[in-house]
This record gives sequence, structure tokens and C-alpha cells, in this order.
Amino acid sequence: MLHDAVLVAGKDLRIEARSRVALWQVVPFAVLVLVLLAFAIGPDQAALRHAAPGIFWVALLFSTVLAIQRSVAVESGEGTRDGLRLSGIDPAGIFLGKAAAIGLQLLALQLILWAGVTFLFDVRVHVIWLAVVACLLATVGLACAGVLYGALSAGLRVRDTLLPLLVLPVLAPVLLAGSKVWQAALDNNASSGTQWLKILVPFAVVYLVVGIVLYGPLQEAA
Amino acid sequence: MSTVNTSERPVRTPWRPRWLVVVGVGAVVTTALTVWLGLWVTPPDEVQGNLARLLYIHPAVATVALYWAGGVALLGSLLYLWPRTRAFFWDRLAASAVEVGAVFSALTLVTGSLWGRPVWGVWWTWDARLTSTALLLLLELGYLALRRVPADAHIRAKRCAVAAILIAIDVPIVHFSVDWWNTLHQNGTILDPGFNLHVHGSMLWTMLLSFVAFTLIFVWLLAMRYRIEVLQDAVGDQELEVSLSERWNEDAELVGVGGGPGASGGDDGRGS
Repeated sequence: MLHDAVLVAGKDLRIEARSRVALWQVVPFAVLVLVLLAFAIGPDQAALRHAAPGIFWVALLFSTVLAIQRSVAVESGEGTRDGLRLSGIDPAGIFLGKAAAIGLQLLALQLILWAGVTFLFDVRVHVIWLAVVACLLATVGLACAGVLYGALSAGLRVRDTLLPLLVLPVLAPVLLAGSKVWQAALDNNASSGTQWLKILVPFAVVYLVVGIVLYGPLQEAA
Repeated sequence: MSTVNTSERPVRTPWRPRWLVVVGVGAVVTTALTVWLGLWVTPPDEVQGNLARLLYIHPAVATVALYWAGGVALLGSLLYLWPRTRAFFWDRLAASAVEVGAVFSALTLVTGSLWGRPVWGVWWTWDARLTSTALLLLLELGYLALRRVPADAHIRAKRCAVAAILIAIDVPIVHFSVDWWNTLHQNGTILDPGFNLHVHGSMLWTMLLSFVAFTLIFVWLLAMRYRIEVLQDAVGDQELEVSLSERWNEDAELVGVGGGPGASGGDDGRGS
């Protein structure tokens, strides 16, 4: 299963490296969300600093939707999904591979967003380990839930409009918990932040396990 | 060749058990009793006055939305995905439960908002339970949107079953996250965390009756929605049959006019 996952992740990442859609579309979109939300809040530096964690996580969530759509789109070609299914690769391996590919892209994106909020909103993360742990846990949760919902909407003509409606309410706990952990990391208040990791941990674990179990039936329905 | 006209054939009336009439009558009677007890027999609350009467509706509606509808949707979806019990009955039941559940979730928000305005001073507040109920409604709307995407019946059923299970998994996480995020809403209405009664006398009985009334309304609506699902599928099948027979008749007429075997033999494109 892990070998299959590495193969699938390698395939998706190679496609991304060659097409550079993530680099030229997803990253600029994430930065655009940062800037637009800053416009909406106004030039008040204190307000922007206060809103910075929320802006970071909203930008990440919206960009995650784009990354999921891209991950589904690379397999939307004629017979591509059938080819993958017929290749004998374990569905759980496909799930893990696609989640790993999205997860690695999201991690890179978070580094850029982190630099973005530091530069644009003049914030400094005091408890770095807390912010990093939150980002890692959220990445696992976002990637696993994203691949599942991507598979759910795969093959549908209306998938581009349906996917955000399906997946964004599901990802709301990550937004809440991530923002709170980051707020704690900015305020140098690690103890209040660690409580919110208790939401991110089960979210990541549950979607990882459910994805491994349910990706097979979902593939059959795609 | 004689033509077959299936467009006149009525849709077979499916599944209409007698117990459903009993449930319907029971729902009307218990609702009427709840209204009578709630408006005329029970006294106003010591603190909230007449506003407390909304609690003969709101907790019962919320219970139906969260537990009854959610439970049936999850059970139906699991039993559809389980190969041994796979049947369209479970798929239709789950879909009906989500749709009825969405109505009750919306009603929960509306009744809560009507109560919140005079008590809290605002129509909407980012209270934990309000927020989690709003997210539940959005999740249900997502499911219903997925349900309406045209697809093969088996594929649609499988997709929707997985979506319902994912929603059910997400609901407790959403609940806890918004609970920690902000909490203003009071604890249980009838029982506190120590299972001690908060409500007494006629108010308690009226409240319990409201739970029975809204449960019966839920069962009746669920059964009626299930029946509509069966009818919709029957109409869909019948329309397909009509289209197919019309196409076959066109072929038959072409054979009659053109007469050549080439006109009738090769055209298997009946799926149009």
C-alpha cells in the first residue's frame, strides 16, 4: 500500500512539476486572498495583526479547494480513472498517494502564506513549534478530506461548483482550530493553543482512516 | 406493426401502509394537544414570561433535526454501502431523512432566532449551538446538491451514502470545535449534566408531548418523502420506457415506409 502511495504521489507531483499549475495559479491565488481580505479589513495595522491568523487560514482553505480541483482534474481525461483503477493499485494506496501529493503542495503553500502574513501584516510567531504542529496536522486533515471529497465529485460535470459547497463546511473545524492555535502562537500563549490541537488531531486521524476505508467504494462510484 | 403507447399507463401507486395514516392522525392530535397545553394550560415562566412557550417547539425540533434525521440518514447510508443489505430502500430512506432533516435544521435556526431576539437582544449570535446547527444545515444542503446531480442510480446512491457518512463523522467534530470556540447557549433544557430535572409540572408534560408530536411529524414526513422518491424513480423509468418505445415505433414506421432491411437492421442507437 505504501509503495503504491509513493508511486501515485510521484505521478501527481511530476505532473505538477511539469504543468506548474500550482505554482502559477494556486500560489498567486492564495496571495491574492491575503491581499483582498486585508483590503476588506482596512489599513488599520492593529486590526490586521488581530485578523492575521484568520486571514492565513481562510487563504489556505480556499487554496486547498483549488488544489483538490487540480488533483481531480489531472485524472479527468478520457479513461484515466479507469486506467488507474485497472492498474491493480490498492485504492488505499491511491488515496494515500493523492493525499500526500496535495499535502506536500499545501505545506509549500503554507510557507509562502506564513511569509506573506509576516511581511504584509507585520506579525511575528512567538511559539514557532505550536504553529508548525498546527500546520502539519491541518495539512494531513485538509489533504485527506480534500481527496475524499474530490473523489466524491469526480466525473461530475458540475464538480467545480459542487466541490466548494461540499468541502468548505466540512473543513470549518480546521479553520476554527487553526486560527485559534495561530492566535495563541502569535500571543505567546502556548497553553491555550495546545487545547485546539485536540480538534486538529482527531480531524486528521478520522479522515485518514475513513479515507483508507472508503476510497475504494468511492472509486467504484466515480 | 402495432404501436405501443405507454404514455397513458398510470404510474403504479407504491407503498402506502395503513400505519402511516395512524402516524398522521397521531401527529395532528399530539400537535393540537401541544398547542392547547402550550398556549392555554401551562403558566408563563417566572423569568422569561410567555417567551418560554417557544421551548415547547424549539428543543423538540432540534432533537428531530440532529438525532432522528441524522440517525436515520447514517443508518440508511451504512446499510446501503454494506453489500449484504444493499437495496435502494436504504438509499431512498437516507436521502429522505437528510431532506426532512434540512427542513428541521432550518426550523431550529428560525425558532432559536425568534427566541434569541428578545432574550439575547439579537437575531443571530455566534453562539456554539447556533453556529454548529448552521454548519449542519450547510452540510445537508451540500448532500442535497450532490443528490440532484444526474447519474446512474447505483452510482448516485453510493456517492450519497459516502457523503452522508462523511457528514455524520464531521458533525461531532464541528460540534466540539464551535463549542470550544464560543459558548453562550444554555445546557440541556430538560436535564442538566447531572441528569436533574429543570422543568416541572404541566410544563414538563407539555414539553415531553411536543417531543412525541414532532417525532410523529418527522416519521410521517419521512415516509411521505420516501414515497415521493419511489414515485420519482417510477416516473423516470416510465419516461425512459416511453422514449424507447417511441424510438422503436419510429424505426418500425421507417421499415414500413422504406421497406429495406438496411433501414431496420443496423440502428441500435436506441439510447437517444
